[in-house]
This record gives sequence, structure tokens and C-alpha cells, in this order.
Amino acid sequence: MSGWEKLRDDFPILAQRVHGQPLIYLDGAATTQKPRAVLEAMDRFYQEDNSNVHRGIHELSRRATLAFEAARDRTAKFINARESAEIIFTRGTTEGINLVANTWGVKNLKPGDVILLTEMEHHSNIVPWQMLAERTGAKLAYLPVTGDDGLLDLKHLDDLLGPKVKLFAFTHISNTLGTINPVAEFCARARKQGIVTLVDAAQSAGHRPLDAQEIGCDFLSFSGHKLCGPTGIGALYGRRELLEAMSPYQGGGDMISSVDFFQSSWNSVPHKFEAGTPNIAGAIGLHAALDYLAAIGLDQIAKHDAELAGYAFEKMSRLPGIRLFGPKGGRAGVISFMLGNIHAHDVVTVADQYGLALRGGHHCNQPLMRKLGVESTARASFYFYNNMEEADRLVEVLKEIQRFFGE
Amino acid sequence: MLAELNELYQQAILRHSRHPQNFRALPEADRTAVGNNPLCGDHYTVFLKLADEQIVDLSFTGAGCAVSKAAGSLMTETLKGKTVSEARNLADNYNAMLRTGEVDEQLGESQSLAGVHHFPTRIKCALLPWEAMRAALNSSTKEVSTQEVAG
Ligand SMILES: Cc1ncc(COP(=O)(O)O)c(C=O)c1O
Repeated sequence: MSGWEKLRDDFPILAQRVHGQPLIYLDGAATTQKPRAVLEAMDRFYQEDNSNVHRGIHELSRRATLAFEAARDRTAKFINARESAEIIFTRGTTEGINLVANTWGVKNLKPGDVILLTEMEHHSNIVPWQMLAERTGAKLAYLPVTGDDGLLDLKHLDDLLGPKVKLFAFTHISNTLGTINPVAEFCARARKQGIVTLVDAAQSAGHRPLDAQEIGCDFLSFSGHKLCGPTGIGALYGRRELLEAMSPYQGGGDMISSVDFFQSSWNSVPHKFEAGTPNIAGAIGLHAALDYLAAIGLDQIAKHDAELAGYAFEKMSRLPGIRLFGPKGGRAGVISFMLGNIHAHDVVTVADQYGLALRGGHHCNQPLMRKLGVESTARASFYFYNNMEEADRLVEVLKEIQRFFGE
Repeated sequence: MLAELNELYQQAILRHSRHPQNFRALPEADRTAVGNNPLCGDHYTVFLKLADEQIVDLSFTGAGCAVSKAAGSLMTETLKGKTVSEARNLADNYNAMLRTGEVDEQLGESQSLAGVHHFPTRIKCALLPWEAMRAALNSSTKEVSTQEVAG
């Protein structure tokens, strides 16, 4: 563990006390903390190279453009895209999904077509499709979750992938259940029926090696802030063939090749999807984050996440009256639970006084919560800078909370 | 740390959250309203029975955290028998208490929620049943309206 312990020193924010107690940050599924390397890369850009990209001739603009496009190359390598042009910079996962819905979706969906989702999707992979369905007359269908064990009902997948289905969009890792879905298998089954696929990689990017070609998806969206990068930057991967055929997302500067008073022609892929001045410093921070994670090793991070989550899950399962959600084995570092009848907000308020940052609520999974018959859950999520002692402390504090509320 | 927690979760609050008073529907209510917290899914319905501008009976149903449920229970005890204008004033004073910690004795046992002011993220919980009550007072018919408390 000593290598991992040293990494904690890269995160200045972790060395603080909250309510007089050492901070234990267990909310990485909402957003991760940022290592010094990321903060410094962004700071250096603003101090030394800050300028707008693409249209400038002067030296600073040249440097900014090079750095911005280098970030795109780095992102392409991170998910093993065939080429950098398949990477569109976005604000995050949510914007990437909305981009696909508003461009590919509007062009390709007709009344009666079906968009297949799963019951464990985040609101950001439900609402854009509801809005698209409203606009195009398409319908939504859902692959069910079987129960508290948080698995998808794969028996029904082939039946659901019927002739009317045009798109299958699903999460790689559930932000509530910690389930890791067999996304390559989903894509293979969908491709056989000629169905386009979109992977929500918000919770998997930065937590395990990610290879878009091996997964075999058409689109994949993720956020920088959930993998040690800054907020406001993310990437959408799309297969070039599909991107070429799509119309632009927003209109503005940078996305055109020429503009007339009455019509314009579009710039090439990916620039036609990136109207306006992009988040340049954000892309540079993302680049630094991806380098940082690669130096640790994504397979190592995945192993660490799994060990820590497995350890915590097992210890938590011994608490009387606890209800744990998600699979028992082969899970990601996200653990949702109900501590007897104690409401999640009460659990989180007391935990906060002990220095523990947990999350309580519906985690943007309201339909899933309804299906599981709960209003909300408390959630602990682990990343590589968390350790066994913190998992132990979590369990101790949960016991304190049970005592406090007399359960 | 624990001192503040004990101030938030006073014995009265723990007791009322476990055994809420007037926690039932009131079929003969003149006014009802729903309070929803869309951020956490907590929701309560408040029922008021009025006679000559006086709250002769009130009750609530719904689900939520210890703070919101105790707040609802204590509210029903505080407001029973009060006039509509007294109830509105008390709601204002209650609101001020959650933000500043300053109590108004007229609030009776609802004063035990004063500790919430140490926990700004929980003010909306303590406010939810009271906001539903205010919505019910403002509605002139028996119709249910939805009052959302922005977090
Ligand atoms: C599974 C999943 N999808 C999508 C999102 C949305 O990500 P963002 O808010 O960064 O766009 C999240 C973040 O909470 C998530 O966990």
C-alpha cells in the first residue's frame, strides 16, 4: 500500500480537517479530487501560454492551439480511438449525450422507432432521450434491473433488441449500484441488429482501462472531473463514419469553413461540433490528468478500487439492519446503502461531523430508486487515494450513527 | 462536533421523528397542500381544518428524514388552535429561527429545531412541512397544489 499512500500527497485538499476531524473523502463518484500536476498544468497555461486557439497567427496562439490539440491526441489515446478527429471536446458526459441526441438522433429517428436504455441510467442518459422522443415520435424502452443485486436482466436483451430499436444507450458502471456492465457484449449484440450504441463512461473512465474499439461502441461519453481532471471539460468519442454524416450541434465560430450572409459550410470533423471558444485550460488539465492516471496504471487503479470496495462491502454487510445495493462481487468502488430506517440525509449529516464526505439522495437515479422501493440511499465511493483505514473508519462511524439514532 | 449534532438531533426531534404526532390524513380538511423536495425526494401533505380563521385541527402524511418529519410533527402541535394570521407570523419566525438560531417562545416545542441553523444544508428539510402548511393556507379551495422548496 505504500505506493498508494504516497499518491495521497499529490492531493493537497486531502490534508485537511473538517469539523475538527481528518477529512475522509468518499464522494469521488460525484467528482474526484485533483492532483497537483493537474492544477499546475492549468496554472502554467494561464501564466505562460494563455491565448485563443485555431485562428491566431501569433506565438501564444500557436502554443495554445498545439496544447489544445495535444490534449485531443492524448484523449484519443486514452480510449484508443482510431484517430484524434473522433474526439469531440464537451463540457462533460451530459453534453456529449445531448450532442448525440440533438444531431444523430434528430436526423435518424422516426415515429415508432425505439431507443433502448437500461433501468440503471443516470438522469443524463434518460432525459435527453425523452426530449428526443418527444421531438421525433420515437419511444423509449428499458432493459430491467433484477433487484437489489443491481444486475441487468440479460435474458431479455435479445428480445428487447428488436427491429424497431435504432439506438441502445447504457452505462458502463452504475453510479448508484457499482455494477460493471458487460458493455462489449451489449455492443456486439446490438451491432448484429444494426443498432447504434452509446456508452455512458462517466463512472468507468479513469477507473479502469477503456478501449472504445475493443468495446465496439459507436459513441462513448465521459467527464474530466470524475477522473482527476477539472470541471467543465469532457469528451465524446464517435466513429468517424457517423460523425461525418451528422449535422453540427451548435452554430458559431470555429465550426464553419466559410460563412456567407445566407448560408455556411461546415468545418471538418471534429471541429464542426465545437462552436465557440472551447475550454482550453480545461483540455490542458484533462491532458495532465490522463498522464497522471497512466503513470499509476489504469489496471492498477481498477484492482485497487475493486479490493477496497470488496473489503468495505464485506465489512458493511456485517452491520445489523443494513441494506446494501449492487452486486456482491465484481463491483466498482461505489457502494449505496440504507442504514435500517435512518434516512440517508441523517446518515450523511452525522457522518459529515466525523469528517466523512458521503452523499445521500437519489443520485440522479430516481426511476431506479422507485424500482428498488426507496426514496434515497446513502453512498460511499472510493478512488485510488482512499485506503483500508478509511474504509474501517467508515464502518466505525456507521456504527456510531446506528447508536446515535438508537437503531 | 458532537455538541452540535446533539443540538440538531435533540431528544424531542428524535422522539417526534420516530413517533410523529398527528401523522394521518384529515378527511374533513378544508385545505391541503403538498410539499416536495425534488433534490432528495422528501414529500409531505399537510391537512388543515379551519373555522372562523382559526386552525381547529391539522395533520400531515408523507416521508422524509428525521429533521423534516419531526418538524412536521412539532408544527402540528405548535399551530393547533392558532389563527391564520398567527400561523403566518409563526411561520416567518420559524424561518428566521432556522437561519439565525434566535427563538420565538410562541413556537413552543418547535423551538427545538433551532439547532438546524448550524447545518445550513438541512434548513430546507426543517422548512418543508411549514412551506406545505403555508401553501395550504394560501389555497382557497380544497385542491392540492404543489409547493416546491428549492434547495
Ligand atoms: C453514470 C453517470 N452518467 C452521467 C453523469 C453525468 O456527468 P456530468 O454531470 O459530468 O455530465 C454522471 C455523473 O454524476 C454519472 O455518474
